[in-house]
Amino acid sequence: MRYLPHTEEEISEMLTAVGKETLDDLFCTIPPDCRRDDEIALPQAMTEWQLDAHMTEIGNMLEVTPQHKVLVGAGSYHHYIPEMIRALASRSEFLTAYTPYQPEMAQGTLQGIYEYQTLTARLLGMDVANASIYDGAASLAEALLMGLRIKKKKKKVAVSKGIHPHHRQVVRTYLQATEFEIVELPIGDDGRTDLSLLEGVDDLAAVAIQSPNFLGVIEDLSGAGEKIHAIDAIYIASFTEALAFGLIKNPGECGADIVCGEGQSMGLNRSFGGPGLGMFACREKLTRNMPGRLVGETVDRDGKRGFVLTLATREQHIRREKATSNICSNQGVCAMMAGMFMATLGGTGLRELARLNHSKAEYLKAELKKAGAEIVFDSPTFNEFLVRFSFDFEPVYEKLFERGFVAGINVGKYYPQYKGCYLFCATETVTREDIDAVIQEVSR
Amino acid sequence: MKHEPVNGPGTTGLIFKEPLLWEKGKKGRKGMSIPACDVPAAELDSALVGAGPDFPDLSEVDVVRHYTRLSQWNFGVDSGMYPLGSCTMKYNPKINEKQAANPAIAAAHPMLDDRYVQGTLKIMYDLQQYLVNITGLDAASLQPSAGAQGELTGMLIFDAYHKSRGSKRTKILIPDTAHGTNPASAALCGYKPVPVKSSADGVLDIDTVKELMDEETAGIMVTNPNTLGLFETNIREVAEIVHAKGGLVYGDGANMNAVMGVVDVKKCGVDVIHLNLHKTFSTPHGGGGPGAGPVCVVEELKKFLPIPHVVKDGNSYRLDWDNPDSIGRVHGYHGNYGVLVRAYSYILSMGGENLKKASQLAVLNANYIKEKLKPYLHLPYDKPCMHECVFSDSRQQELKITTLDIAKRLIDYGFHPPTVYFPLVVPGAIMIEPTETECKEDIDQFIESILHILEEAKTNPDLLHEAPTRTKLKRLDETLAARKPCLCG
Repeated sequence: MRYLPHTEEEISEMLTAVGKETLDDLFCTIPPDCRRDDEIALPQAMTEWQLDAHMTEIGNMLEVTPQHKVLVGAGSYHHYIPEMIRALASRSEFLTAYTPYQPEMAQGTLQGIYEYQTLTARLLGMDVANASIYDGAASLAEALLMGLRIKKKKKKVAVSKGIHPHHRQVVRTYLQATEFEIVELPIGDDGRTDLSLLEGVDDLAAVAIQSPNFLGVIEDLSGAGEKIHAIDAIYIASFTEALAFGLIKNPGECGADIVCGEGQSMGLNRSFGGPGLGMFACREKLTRNMPGRLVGETVDRDGKRGFVLTLATREQHIRREKATSNICSNQGVCAMMAGMFMATLGGTGLRELARLNHSKAEYLKAELKKAGAEIVFDSPTFNEFLVRFSFDFEPVYEKLFERGFVAGINVGKYYPQYKGCYLFCATETVTREDIDAVIQEVSR
Repeated sequence: MKHEPVNGPGTTGLIFKEPLLWEKGKKGRKGMSIPACDVPAAELDSALVGAGPDFPDLSEVDVVRHYTRLSQWNFGVDSGMYPLGSCTMKYNPKINEKQAANPAIAAAHPMLDDRYVQGTLKIMYDLQQYLVNITGLDAASLQPSAGAQGELTGMLIFDAYHKSRGSKRTKILIPDTAHGTNPASAALCGYKPVPVKSSADGVLDIDTVKELMDEETAGIMVTNPNTLGLFETNIREVAEIVHAKGGLVYGDGANMNAVMGVVDVKKCGVDVIHLNLHKTFSTPHGGGGPGAGPVCVVEELKKFLPIPHVVKDGNSYRLDWDNPDSIGRVHGYHGNYGVLVRAYSYILSMGGENLKKASQLAVLNANYIKEKLKPYLHLPYDKPCMHECVFSDSRQQELKITTLDIAKRLIDYGFHPPTVYFPLVVPGAIMIEPTETECKEDIDQFIESILHILEEAKTNPDLLHEAPTRTKLKRLDETLAARKPCLCG
C-alpha cells in the first residue's frame, strides 16, 4: 500500500529494537476478550483508477447534474467561485497543517484567519469575529448559549420561525438537555417576524432573527433591535446568505449584539451541505463570552508583527467543563477560503455582485407574476422569494427538471400554512435566457 | 547602492514579507469577472440599503501572491514530519481531494428530494456501514462536524437514554487521561464531571471506578487508548461496573488509529464512540478544520441517533426523518459532507487488511521512538505503548531547559514539535505520535535531532532558549496577545 512506507526488513529491524517478535506482539497489553476475531469486512482495496471509476459511477447516480440550473437557495447557494480560490486553498501548506498551536510554524494560517476575522467583522458590522464555527446551525445554537451565559438569571430564548428550519432543529437539540426553554416567534402576513409577543416579557435572555429570512424576506432589523433591547435581551441576528450584506444594511448597523450565520456563499461549494462555514461575530464588550478560537496580533522577540491564537482561557482545553463551549477544531480552511473570496471581490465587487443577485431575482419575480403566479409576500426580498401557483405545480416542476432546471423547493414540509408554495432563488449564475425558459414552461 | 529597496517583499530573500490584505490594493481593482447584468437593474427600498463593507479592492494577481506567500510561512504534513500526539497527523492522500471535488458531488444541493441525489446518499449509507464494521458497533450517524460535536452527540444520547428510562442523572465520570473536550461536552448536557484518577501504571483502576460509580452517574467517558498512549486494560471490567449501576460507556475514539482491525469496540463494553475522520481516516486538518466526528452506537441506542438517517430500501436510498426518539439534528444538513467523501475514498483505497497494517505500523513507530529516546528523556510510564508515547522534561530541569525549549528548537531542525504540556497528568509532557506514514529514516532523523538538542541543552542552552531562529518570526509573545487583545485590523 503506497501510504505505508515500511519494507519487511525495516519492520523486522524495528521489531528487534523494541524487543518484539511480530507486529501482533505489539498489542500484548490488549486483553484477548477485547479483540476482534475476524478481519474488518470491507471491499477489496482499490487502486486510484478503480476508485476514480467507482466515484464516477456514483456521480452518475445523481439525477441532478452539475449542468442543472438549480433555482434553489434555502441556505445553500450556487455562486460562481473564482478558480484561484480552489487553487490557493488546496496549497498543502494550508490544507495539511494542524490548528496553529505553534505560531512560528503557522504564520500563514494565523495571518489568513486574522484577515478573515477582520473582513467578517466589517461585513457584519461587528467589532470581533471568531475563527469560525462548524456551520450556520451550530453558530446559532452557540449564539443563544452565549446569550444565556451573559444574562445569567434568564432561562428563556426566543427564535423567529423565519429562521432556517434546520437551524431551529439544531438549537432544540443543543438545548434539550439543559434547563433552558425556547419560544418560537410566528411569521406575520408580510413574511416578517411578528414581534408583538415580546411586549411586556421580561424573562428572555436572547432573541434571534434571520435576515433575509428562510422565506427570502428582508426583516426590519432596526425595528426589531429596538423592541429586543427594550426588554433587556441580547439581540442575535442570523443569516444564511452573507452576500446580501453587500447591498442591505448589515446587522451591526441595525443594533445587533451577536451576528451568526452560514458563510457557504463566500466561495464554498454546496457539496451536499458541507463543509460549510459558521460565521460568528459580536460587540467588543462581549468578547470574553464568545465561544471558539480567536487569532490576535502580537510581536515576536525582535518586535516584528505576528499572530497567535489568543484568549484561550475561555476554551475547553484549559477551562474544561467551565469553557464557553466545547468547540475545538472548527472550519479552518473554509474560513481561509471565505477570506480569499472577500478579498477577491473587494468592496466594489461585493456591491456589484449583490446588486446583480437582487436584480436577477426581481426579474424572475416579475415574470412569474406576469405568468399568473402569486408572490406570497410583497415585502422586499434579496435573491429568494416564495411563490404560490393557482394550479398543481408538480407536473411543471417535473417537466422543468427534464429541461435542466430545478424550479425551487416546496416548503410545505416545514411550513404547513404555505403548503404547495415554492421557494425560488436566482443568483448571478442564472441568465435571462434561463429565466425566460422557466417562464415559458410555467405559462403553458 | 543609490537605490536601496525598502520593505519590498523580496528584501528578505525568499522568506517574503507580506502586508495585511487591507494594506494592499487600490480602490476600483477587481479580482473577479462579474457577469454583466442582462436583466433590468432593480431598485431596493433605500431605507434597507447599507453602505456595503469596507473591503480592500485587489486584482487576481494581488490575491494569488498574497496567499501564496502566506502559505510559505506554514508547515504542513506535506512539508515534513508532524508528530503531534493525539492528533494523528498522517499523510493526506491526494486522490481523496479529487473525489471530494467530483463535479456532481460538489454541486449537489442538500435540500432536494432523495430521488435526485441517490449517489450522495449511497456514499453516506456505505460509509455508515464501513464505520460500523471497523468499530464492531451496530449503527452510525455521520452528522457531527468534529470530534467535540461527536462527544456532544454522545452525551445527548446518554441524556435521552436515561430520560427514556424515567431518570435524569447528574454526574459523569471522566478519567484524568481523557481529552479536554470531554468535560466541556458533558457540561453542555448539564452533567457534572467527576474526575477519575488513573492508577500508578497509567490506566483506570477497577476499585476507583467502583467507588465513584453510583445511580446518580450517567456513565463514563473513556479515551482508549488513553492520552498516555496506553490501552485501558481494565476497560471491560470498568464497563461492567458502569452498566451494573445503569450507566453507559462513552468511548472517545480519537485514538482509533492505534487499534483498527485489532480491537472490537463493542466487546470492550463501549456503547457510544466517536471517530475523528481527520485523524484516523486521513482527511486533511486544514489548519483547524473542517473535520468530521461520526458517532457509532450499539443497537439499543440506535433510535436516539440524529435525524435524518440514511436507510436503504431495496435498491434505493432515502433519508429517514421519522424517529420520535431521536435527539434531533446536530448539523444544518448532512454533516461535513466533503470530509465524509475523503474518508470514504481512503477506506476504499485501503481495504480491511491495510487499515490493520496502518495501526500496526503506527504502534511500531511509536514504540521504536519510545525505546530509542528512553535512555535520554524521562519516560513516566515505561510499558508497551500504542500509537503515541509520552515523555517529560524532568531530567532537563536542572539545566533550566523546558519542554517548550525542546519543542521550539525542533522547529529549527525542520520538524513540527510534538504536543506539549498535555496530558496534564504528566508535568512538562512531550507527547509524540509519529503515525504509520512516516518512514524509518525520517523517524531516525527525528530521534537524532532530539538527541542533538539534548546535547545542545548541556553545551549551549541559549540555542534552545532563543529557538526558533530559522523561521520568519522568532518566538511570539503570547502573553501580550492575551493581555491586550487585538483581534481585528
